Amino acid sequence: MIRSEILREIAPIIRDQLVVCNIGLPSQELHMIDDQPTNFYMLGTMGLSSSIGLGLALSQDKTVISIDGDGSVLTNLGTLPTIANNVADNYILLIIDNGSYGSTGDQPTYAGMKTSLTAVAKACGCENVVECQDVDTGKVLQAALDSKKMTIIVSKCDSGNIKLPVITKDPVVIRDRFMTAVAS
Amino acid sequence: MSISKKIVDDLVANDVSFITTVPCKQLAGVIEEVEERDEIFHIPANKEDEGMGLCAGAWMGGKRPAIIMQNTAIGVTINTLATLTQFYRMPLPMLISYRGELREPVACQVEMAVHTKALLNQLNIPTYHFHKESDADELDAILKYTFMCNKPVAILTDASFWGGYGDQ
Repeated sequence: MIRSEILREIAPIIRDQLVVCNIGLPSQELHMIDDQPTNFYMLGTMGLSSSIGLGLALSQDKTVISIDGDGSVLTNLGTLPTIANNVADNYILLIIDNGSYGSTGDQPTYAGMKTSLTAVAKACGCENVVECQDVDTGKVLQAALDSKKMTIIVSKCDSGNIKLPVITKDPVVIRDRFMTAVAS
Repeated sequence: MSISKKIVDDLVANDVSFITTVPCKQLAGVIEEVEERDEIFHIPANKEDEGMGLCAGAWMGGKRPAIIMQNTAIGVTINTLATLTQFYRMPLPMLISYRGELREPVACQVEMAVHTKALLNQLNIPTYHFHKESDADELDAILKYTFMCNKPVAILTDASFWGGYGDQ
């Protein structure tokens, strides 16, 4: 499976949760598949999906899912020790690990070579780290939601993209709509 | 009252309850004060752009955030300030140690000091420079201004403000 197929599969699971979605194609795909006011789309700032999601989870009670990529986690690797040491049981980090920088032309990442983000997350002190195959992502994500424990999921999938339009919504509209959903 | 305590009192009085920090020798006292307050969730960050991501999330979650960092971080965070904090129009008070100013003992700090105000100016970030201890009397008004206009605001605090580096 490629990332967009995983997003299509998990859309019903994440629909009622707060979702912070990574820059570029992941946000564009989620926006096209199932746009919800509970989705915060990142239009820039590669790497910060996990940080924004953690800050949000630590500041209110609703469950937050950060959808990130292997390339973006590598760009902000310092996020994993911060997550490990500031446990929020309403926080799930879903790393869709296709071993490539999808939005920029599928250049390979080190996560697709020798580096295991699962092992890195564990070494950083994260307690519930689950690596799964693409087809099991929905099941693993639902189990993480049910556990009510902070969980890091590394979903190993294929590299590849679909053609789709950029998000033209104004960022302040995205943010205001999201904050209204958070506060509701 | 110590200046660190006064600064943190102003933050608490303005309902700032989520603070991320990347340390600097000059900021040690204020970071210690932040850590001690029950009203504040203190979350150290490994890099300042990560800290700004945490602050963005905290603000969307209903808390007033702040970041405490060195001026070298302006070089690290320009993209985050432009594409996250400013693009989505979010407030962020930045309490910044202004290294490389008068009484600085480390030459390399001057290399970023000479760019600091120019970069903040280029980013249209409202910037305040605390040089004397009494300058901190404006902090309360600066915090109110930040959360009124939903912009990042820089408060540069130099070595003279903090009382220098001791005997040199």
